[in-house]
Amino acid sequence: MNQKYLPLIATILIFIVSYAMCALQYPNMLSTRVIGNLLTDNAFLGIAAVGMTFVILSGGIDLSIGSVIAFTGIFLAVMLETTSIHPLLAFVLALLITTAFGAIMGAIIHYLEMPAFIVTLAGMFLARGMAFVLSIDSIPVRHEFYGTLKSFYYKLPGGGRITLIGGLMLLVFAVGIIIAQRTRFGTNVYALGGGPQTAALMGVPVARTTILIYALSGFLAGLSGIVYSLYTSAGYSLATVGVELDAIAAVVIGGTLLTGGAGFVGGTLIGVLIQGLIQTYITFDGSLSSWWTKILIGALLFAFILMQKGILFVSRRGRSYA
Amino acid sequence: MMQSNDEILSATAIVKRFPGAIALDHVNFSLRRGEVHALLGENGAGKSTLIKCMTGAYRRDEGSLRLDGVEIDPRDPLDAQSLGIGTVYQEVNLLGNLSVAENLFLGRQPRRFGLVNTREMNRQARALLANYGMDINVSRSLDSYSVAVQQVVAIARAVDLSGKVLILDEPTASLDAQEVEMLFRIVRGLKAKGLGVVFITHFLEQVYALSDRITVLRNGQFIGTRETASLPRKDLVTMMLGHELADAEKELRAHQPDSGNVRFEFNGYGKAGKIKPFDLSVRKGEVVGIAGLLGSGRTETAQLLFGVDKPDSGTATVAGKTVSLNSPRAAINEGFGFCPEDRKIEGIIGDLSIRENIALALQARRGWARPLSRSEQIALADRYIKALDIRTTDREKPIKLLSGGNQQKAILARWLATNPQFLILDEPTRGIDVGAHAEIIRLIEDLCAQGMSLLVISSELEELVAYSSRILVLRDREHVAELTGGAITTQNIVNAIAASGSEKAVQ
Repeated sequence: MNQKYLPLIATILIFIVSYAMCALQYPNMLSTRVIGNLLTDNAFLGIAAVGMTFVILSGGIDLSIGSVIAFTGIFLAVMLETTSIHPLLAFVLALLITTAFGAIMGAIIHYLEMPAFIVTLAGMFLARGMAFVLSIDSIPVRHEFYGTLKSFYYKLPGGGRITLIGGLMLLVFAVGIIIAQRTRFGTNVYALGGGPQTAALMGVPVARTTILIYALSGFLAGLSGIVYSLYTSAGYSLATVGVELDAIAAVVIGGTLLTGGAGFVGGTLIGVLIQGLIQTYITFDGSLSSWWTKILIGALLFAFILMQKGILFVSRRGRSYA
Repeated sequence: MMQSNDEILSATAIVKRFPGAIALDHVNFSLRRGEVHALLGENGAGKSTLIKCMTGAYRRDEGSLRLDGVEIDPRDPLDAQSLGIGTVYQEVNLLGNLSVAENLFLGRQPRRFGLVNTREMNRQARALLANYGMDINVSRSLDSYSVAVQQVVAIARAVDLSGKVLILDEPTASLDAQEVEMLFRIVRGLKAKGLGVVFITHFLEQVYALSDRITVLRNGQFIGTRETASLPRKDLVTMMLGHELADAEKELRAHQPDSGNVRFEFNGYGKAGKIKPFDLSVRKGEVVGIAGLLGSGRTETAQLLFGVDKPDSGTATVAGKTVSLNSPRAAINEGFGFCPEDRKIEGIIGDLSIRENIALALQARRGWARPLSRSEQIALADRYIKALDIRTTDREKPIKLLSGGNQQKAILARWLATNPQFLILDEPTRGIDVGAHAEIIRLIEDLCAQGMSLLVISSELEELVAYSSRILVLRDREHVAELTGGAITTQNIVNAIAASGSEKAVQ
């Protein structure tokens, strides 16, 4: 069997086993309502994590997405409160800003040869600061179009709902998988993760690819911000602090190598769902502190990092000779 | 030079200057269609610089480069590749995390409806590799295959993209005999198809097995191009090392073999894949020279003795006591010192001052719990700057600002400060000017007069002959001969190096 699928398979197994264990204790966990909520509640994280997957696959990191989500939320709230533009236009504006923001960070990373960590850390402070400049208060969104959007859902048998934002997340994952696996851009992302010098020698357009990767991450962070705005019907500068770290955790638990070059967008979906599952279990239990989510995610992350090391070690030793 | 039609690539009077040095001095090189042309020379001879000028990694300063009779000036390796010059390096320059097929077709994957058609790409990849007699699963990641397979994939890619000239830069360095044979079969196949192949290697056996012609460079100079079949091995080695056999030998030797006790003894010492087991004994105050071509196992021997590599056979004895030299630290504790070959990478710490670089080894030996005080460091640095005549304006100057010779002396000072009893010098005079050269040699002689034992590795045969009381000759990772006393002549060294594997080297 192909070794590159091992981390993905391990993630899927962990998800199935833990879901089964939860369901044994609380049979209600199997209801479509829980499944629908799992998708809805984690939609913004999932969409942002798709962008993060591309960034990490290329060997980079994007610490700005939590701030960009908060910025988008407050931007939409302020725009809809103070102007009379249609929310759809506000969405387009927000996406343009966040995509450009990502593209600029990508350009700085490439042309100034700066570590992605530092550049996106600066981006994180900048976006958060911009959010505070727009407003320091939590601003509710009362536009009726939000109500209309929320009324779209697909009813599952058993009372569960695939909401618009839950469905959107699944769509983003589907498109993300196609981009990663079936386009030249996708292969170039993996190539960068395998080694930027070698990739450049082999003719990969490094500048264009790097800028596109961070622009994509910015775009998806903006989309995630729109989803978060729909989910909470408000904008708040202090929202989604640390979401970039949850996204990184989802990517790594999803089987993507933190050093880049190996992993799958689909794995990230499972990584997001595992985090959501732990959260759901804690809600069902009722007596556990929600911080147990963080503890379990920490333990899982550590286990995955160890597993990746192990797989690397085994594959280095067991090269097949043709 | 020949100007026949079958000439595919010709470089004439290529000059490449680096700050302070001429790397290529009017070098000529011509490649015919359907030939394997070996490019030989010791380290620093200018082989890789010439290759880089031909592949666009460097821009040449002077000279002309013609491909199929048309003057070319590649901007970068990608440009050269599209012109028809493909290169395969020792370190496979492909992406191990991508599949074999993706590596072959990166950037030109077949598409359908805008999406990569993976099935078609894999089919084409299989068809391409079938030309090389290879049937592997092309959807698996490249790093799940052996280096030999990766080399073949790299060659397949280079030929598919370029198709006129293939440059193989030490492709066989990490392959075993069977894999080398497979690679050779492939290269012969390409030759039959009319490609011109430039082959760089340190293994003379392979040169004779594969190449049609040989071009030798030395110190950036063009030495000559010969037909392989009519060039005896001994003449080739002479061309590479640059010693006319008629040279008068210096009889003057600073030190005759000391009849004193053997202080350092190694029996059956070796490591599989690095160097075959050897015996070595070094007396007090003795200079043992190590000669051999690059890649013959010289540096491997030094690294093994110093504990950089762990031996997998044999014993080491210091002053009659068996010791285990499993790490440089253990070796330092037994009184060993080692000045590595590439001081830029392994020796100096460029941004630290001369004082700190000199104090480093002594400090490491004392352990971090007992730091050398600043005044002790200053005293130490000043003493060696004076004793070794390190030319600097200030002991606090970052060492990277010194010239090569002075850097070399600072590294020597670092080890001398630990008061070693056995000092290993790997190419102590490489890349330094003539004046500093003589000083380092004088220093070597002084040290051994003081009772220190030295092991010196050098490509400069005259130099070795001048100060060694014994010379070990290495070939193909094996100690093949030991020369003592009157037998120490450059001619004998060249003979021992050139003796082919089957015949026994004679003293």
